[in-house]
Amino acid sequence: MLQLIARRLGHTALTLLAMSLAVFIGTNLLPGDVADALLGQAATPEATAALRTALHLNESAPLRYLHWLAGLMTGDFGQSLASHISVAQLIGSRLGNSLLLAGLTAALSIPVSLALGITAAVWRGTLFDRITAIGTIAAVSVPDFLVATVAVILFAVELQWFPALSTPRIASIPELFSSFTLPVLTLSLAVVAQMSRMTRAALVGILDSSYVEMARLKGLRPGRIVLRHALPNAAGPIANAAALSLSSLLGGVIIVEVVFNYPGLAKLMVDAVSTRDMPLIQACAMLFCLGYMVLVLLADICSIATNPRLRPA
Amino acid sequence: MGAQVEVAGLCIAARRASGAEADIVHDVSFSAAAGEVVALIGESGSGKTTTALALLGYARPGCRIRAGRIHVGGTDVRALRPADMPGFRGRRVSYIAQSAAAAFNPAHTLMQQVTEGAIIRGLSPRAAHIKAVGLFHSLALPDPDRIGRRYPHQVSGGQLQRVMAAMALMTDPELVVLDEPTTALDVTTQVEVLRAFRAAVRERGATAVYVSHDLAVVAQMADQIVVLRGGRVQEIGATARILSAPENPYTQSLLDAAPSIHTPPTAAKPPKPAPPVLEADALAASYGGPVGVPVLREIGLRLLPGAVLGVIGESGSGKSTLARVLTGLLPAHGGTVRLSGTVLPPAAADRTADQLRQMQIVFQMADTALNPAHSVGRLLARPLTFYHRMGGAARERRVAELLDMVRLPANLATRRPAELSGGQKQRVNLARALAADPALLICDEVTSALDTVVAAAVLDLLAELRRELGLAMVFISHDLATVRSIADDVMIMYAGRAVQYGSRAALARGPIHPYADLLAASVPELRTGWLDGLPPATEGTSPGAARVVANESCAFFDRCPVRLPGLCDTTPTPTQTLSTGATIRCTQPEAELLRLGSAITSAKATSAQPVT
Repeated sequence: MLQLIARRLGHTALTLLAMSLAVFIGTNLLPGDVADALLGQAATPEATAALRTALHLNESAPLRYLHWLAGLMTGDFGQSLASHISVAQLIGSRLGNSLLLAGLTAALSIPVSLALGITAAVWRGTLFDRITAIGTIAAVSVPDFLVATVAVILFAVELQWFPALSTPRIASIPELFSSFTLPVLTLSLAVVAQMSRMTRAALVGILDSSYVEMARLKGLRPGRIVLRHALPNAAGPIANAAALSLSSLLGGVIIVEVVFNYPGLAKLMVDAVSTRDMPLIQACAMLFCLGYMVLVLLADICSIATNPRLRPA
Repeated sequence: MGAQVEVAGLCIAARRASGAEADIVHDVSFSAAAGEVVALIGESGSGKTTTALALLGYARPGCRIRAGRIHVGGTDVRALRPADMPGFRGRRVSYIAQSAAAAFNPAHTLMQQVTEGAIIRGLSPRAAHIKAVGLFHSLALPDPDRIGRRYPHQVSGGQLQRVMAAMALMTDPELVVLDEPTTALDVTTQVEVLRAFRAAVRERGATAVYVSHDLAVVAQMADQIVVLRGGRVQEIGATARILSAPENPYTQSLLDAAPSIHTPPTAAKPPKPAPPVLEADALAASYGGPVGVPVLREIGLRLLPGAVLGVIGESGSGKSTLARVLTGLLPAHGGTVRLSGTVLPPAAADRTADQLRQMQIVFQMADTALNPAHSVGRLLARPLTFYHRMGGAARERRVAELLDMVRLPANLATRRPAELSGGQKQRVNLARALAADPALLICDEVTSALDTVVAAAVLDLLAELRRELGLAMVFISHDLATVRSIADDVMIMYAGRAVQYGSRAALARGPIHPYADLLAASVPELRTGWLDGLPPATEGTSPGAARVVANESCAFFDRCPVRLPGLCDTTPTPTQTLSTGATIRCTQPEAELLRLGSAITSAKATSAQPVT
């Protein structure tokens, strides 16, 4: 099993390397020149040329890539071109906020979607199952930005229950609720819908299996059958479903942070794109990749750990 | 103590896709006295499992016990409320399922699953553990003290089936329902499991309901037989009476179709001497490349046009691998295959279209071999276009001819596989192979998934095709009786090697390899008392998997009753040619093997004479 996990880690590292190349090429395809953008229209050709040299922009692309990669490995993400603060510092100030938002969303959506998925699978074909199915399809189909905008209009502007802008204040419970209710609910909607559907699908197949029938014929009570006989075998698929849903959160975060003007990582990245701040964009992109890879890795380790076949005899 | 069982007027309805309900079990009535074993026998779709599950008050999803009385030990099963179920189902009535591999939860250890039922009913985990180990001992499981720590995938099928029996007996049930508990097992394993089951049920005096399609197995286990067909009772009677004097024509047809190693083989005229259509020499194959796990070693064979070679062995013996190697699906890494004298490339991809056409394979599961989205006509037209570039009316005519050849009506061409019965699907599967116009058919367990009567009809068809078309066949099966009824030559495989290869007559006359003897002795006979008459397993031998041998010594050593310790297990086993012309791989001299009261040779003198 350890060997499997080690191999899985190796795959993750290779994928990250490939991603770094893609991110580098992608950001270099963006139109415009950083030196021109930084110095504005009044810049003299000499000044532009000097800045280019200072930023290593004259070097060949492969060389710049290697420089950047070496920096990444040692934790040096470079300096923001727009604010002249180190990228690491910029990200550090925002990362916690983003993790807080994502963590709160996960803490709400994982239990809710597990409960919904499990009950829908157990009561398959009932009215409850059908209502859940319709509700989740509807929730998946509505785009994040629409949900976020409608939520702001309804709850912040019309009803004025919550502020339209969200700030990471967690000093007291009421404060937490007032700043996070809207963004967390918006993000959770899509996650819960997706994850509960996948949980249900994973569990339905197992509830049809011979060993669940055997558990029934042993006279076990329904709760024990689901929790002890069906769920452990669904853990792998469910963990993977959770990882995929939560990783879609990374994309959702961008829209939600922008709509609610929340000072998170995604907002930082969007701002960096508008100022053409390459090192910042690249670092943010790599962080999102890393987040995704870690989620999928955790899900895989979870499937490996819950499958006795992959454990040493 | 066993419970008295009474079923009267039982009707079970199933909901069809259209939403309408229809009965699948009609007015079934039978009873069992305390401690009696009743067998429910029938083919697939006869309602035997559905009826048996009703004894636990259980109906599969989509089914409903609609009417009738089910009384088990004075309890009206249909009157039980869900809250009463844990005190009844799994406690007073327990169930042993057909496939232990599917019925055990892969995520928990065997011990957790065996003791679960007793522990939730108040037994202490410690006491439950001790009781389970005791049951493992009495069911003759290897390493009974520690086998419970393993996971289901870590023990063999036969062992798993016995662990399931332990699980069923943990709560000292009054009634045990056994649903085809040995169908998925090899014959040699089946004997061990049947013995263990019967001893365990008898010892406790429990009543048992034994569900099976195999009359010979049932004859060993049951006091009373209920014959079911299409959800209706055909005949009920004492086992001996049903076997000797069946009153119902359907029961008679079941008895007639049961394969037996005593039935004289269908007389086929011996193939004319001609250059062999298929020759293989020193074939070797392994999974995972030449350095991987060897699965086939030093296989040689020779097949004349129109001849049938039967290949027999238990699961894992390499018989299906041989089919895959001959057809090039798994390229051999050593040895040669010649088709009509030409050496074939090892991989199917490197063979010419004509070479591929001449050798066709028919797989065991027609369900998975036939594309469910295509009509029968399209399934048969495809090889005609591919191999013969046929089209239009000529192709349609040929499809009709092919259907006629396998005795199917021509209008079946518009149907899809899902609309056909199991036997019809296997015939289409066969027609698909015949469409290529092959010289050689490789049949891999083609009758194993079929009911007895249907299987017998497919075997007849194969014999006819061979006569009419002069087809040569490699017929692979785990069933000695089936192989003997159709093959001219027989190869017996064990652990990837041919331990005996020779004519059918040589196999019948003996001497034979000790493994062939064990196989023959393990085929249940259609008479009561066969299992009791079997000699107990030889002292010191252990049933189970083949021995992993590093050198060329004998893989059968651990199970062999005539082994020579210090010789068979250490030195390479020689291949000797017997006076019958058969070659066997065994260290014992021919005279010694002849003395071995061979089951085949002794049985030939009919069961009237006592076996000495």
